[in-house]
Amino acid sequence: MLRIPCPVCGLRDETEFTYGADATLRRPDMEETDPGVWHDYVFIRDNPQGRHKEYWHHVSGCRQWILVERDTLTHEIFGSSLVREVAA
Amino acid sequence: MSQYSVLSILRHGLTGNKHWPRAWRDPAPKPSYDVVIVGGGGHGLATAYYLAKEHGIRNVAVLEKGWLGGGNTGRNTTIVRSNYMMPGNTIFYERSMQLWGNLSQELNYNVMMSRRGYYFVFHSPGQGEVLRRRANVMRANGIDAEFLDRAETMRRLPMLDYSATARFPIYGSFSQPRAGTARHDAVAWGFARAADKQGVDIIQQCEVMGYIWDKDKIVGVETTRGPIRANKVALAVAGHTSHLAAKAGLRLPIETHVLQAYVTEPLKPLVDHVIIYGGAHFYISQSDKGGLVLGGDLDGFNSYAQRGGLPTVEHTLQSAKALMPSISRLRLLRQWAGAMDMTMDGSPIIGKMPIEGLWLNGGWCYGGFKAIPASGYCFAWTLAKGEPHPDNAEFTLQRFERGYQIDESGAGPDPKAH
Ligand SMILES: Cc1cc2nc3c(=O)[nH]c(=O)nc-3n(C[C@H](O)[C@H](O)[C@H](O)COP(=O)(O)OP(=O)(O)OC[C@H]3O[C@@H](n4cnc5c(N)ncnc54)[C@H](O)[C@@H]3O)c2cc1C
Ligand SMILES: [Zn+2]
Repeated sequence: MLRIPCPVCGLRDETEFTYGADATLRRPDMEETDPGVWHDYVFIRDNPQGRHKEYWHHVSGCRQWILVERDTLTHEIFGSSLVREVAA
Repeated sequence: MSQYSVLSILRHGLTGNKHWPRAWRDPAPKPSYDVVIVGGGGHGLATAYYLAKEHGIRNVAVLEKGWLGGGNTGRNTTIVRSNYMMPGNTIFYERSMQLWGNLSQELNYNVMMSRRGYYFVFHSPGQGEVLRRRANVMRANGIDAEFLDRAETMRRLPMLDYSATARFPIYGSFSQPRAGTARHDAVAWGFARAADKQGVDIIQQCEVMGYIWDKDKIVGVETTRGPIRANKVALAVAGHTSHLAAKAGLRLPIETHVLQAYVTEPLKPLVDHVIIYGGAHFYISQSDKGGLVLGGDLDGFNSYAQRGGLPTVEHTLQSAKALMPSISRLRLLRQWAGAMDMTMDGSPIIGKMPIEGLWLNGGWCYGGFKAIPASGYCFAWTLAKGEPHPDNAEFTLQRFERGYQIDESGAGPDPKAH
């Protein structure tokens, strides 16, 4: 069981959250016409062994999307922040 | 290397089983090979075997960082089936099914292929229609498929919950009679022994750390047992593909996720087939030792840890109980997990990479055990001839750029959804 720190609710069980996706992806500009750029965005992942930035949705809590940094080998979590604050 | 037979069992039995020879050699790595295969799971070992046997390429090494079959090949729930309906998948998995039929004889090693039949129970008319379509595609391709109504399903699978209070009512089932299970370790060991017999060097405790380059071409690997040169470097490392590809500067349409499996204490024969629950992602079969072998969903977030979390254990056991309430008081004996390559369309990649000298067999998601014979056969062909066999021609890396994903479950570009 992961214990995920939510910036709003504090340390909560993994079962309260839904996993989102790799948080390093940036959707290309809608004017972008190079299919290669879209291909990379839709399909290609770094898939690191080690630290991974990822989105989680605190769906059974405050319902905020949060950004979590977690180690994919050990599952150690290094911290989290509200996505809307990071994105702003 | 001696041939295994009834006579050899009797002879060794009479001498106290003290004189069995090693099943394969333990050679030191040579400085160079024609082909170096990275990863001593079923796929790497089968590839080595077919390279030697079908193409006469015997100057081959299989490098394994741990022990043979210690990856997903030794961690899976051993289900073998060929009920695929997307072009590309259908013929490939059926070739595998055909190779499984004769594999014990081919390898002179009992892989315990048991064609006990596979049943997918469904819980709504709509779900039934989707499965009927799958059954029709299979039959149109000459693959066995049966469609059973509720009464016939009750007759064949009497241990399921058909009561009025069942969480999801059972409407019927879809079956592949030739499907079943095989013994996972025996598949790794059988291919290892047969490949060794053909002259292939199987080198354990040898981790590949990087590549030897000649300008922009890969000409070998750096390992924990020194550099080894090769004309072709072939990756078959299951959940570690991205990580080894990254060392060659390649980024792939893959994420690594964890899948768990469980086995209960042994019982008298209860589950004669492989049963898939359509109400959730859950499947069950019974091993020859009597333990019920259970599997379910991915843990759901990227992970290379070969261990699973408790929420998924709970979810899987809830499914087990919903399908077969009679097993609710059984105890689990063991639980384990494997780290797998999940591709963006749920289908594998076999072929030449954009870097000269590098070849890939990966992206097997949670369906790669059944694929081992055909994958070895096709990857060996691809390595030997420099072009894919017709049966793996669709499994290219380029299909993602070209919009030709092979999305068997129709889940879209989300690796954890396949
Ligand atoms: C719990 C679970 C249940 C499953 N159930 C089924 C099922 O019922 N049916 C089915 O068809 N499939 C199933 N699968 C999928 C199947 O197990 C895999 O797709 C298949 O075993 C992959 O085989 P492989 O040879 O590619 O990988 P592996 O057996 O994992 O072999 C890869 C090897 O590469 C080695 N390696 C990695 N990195 C390096 C390196 N740098 N240097 C040297 N060696 C390295 C690893 O140690 C490993 O031994 C399941 C998987 C899991 C985890
Ligand atoms: Zn919260």
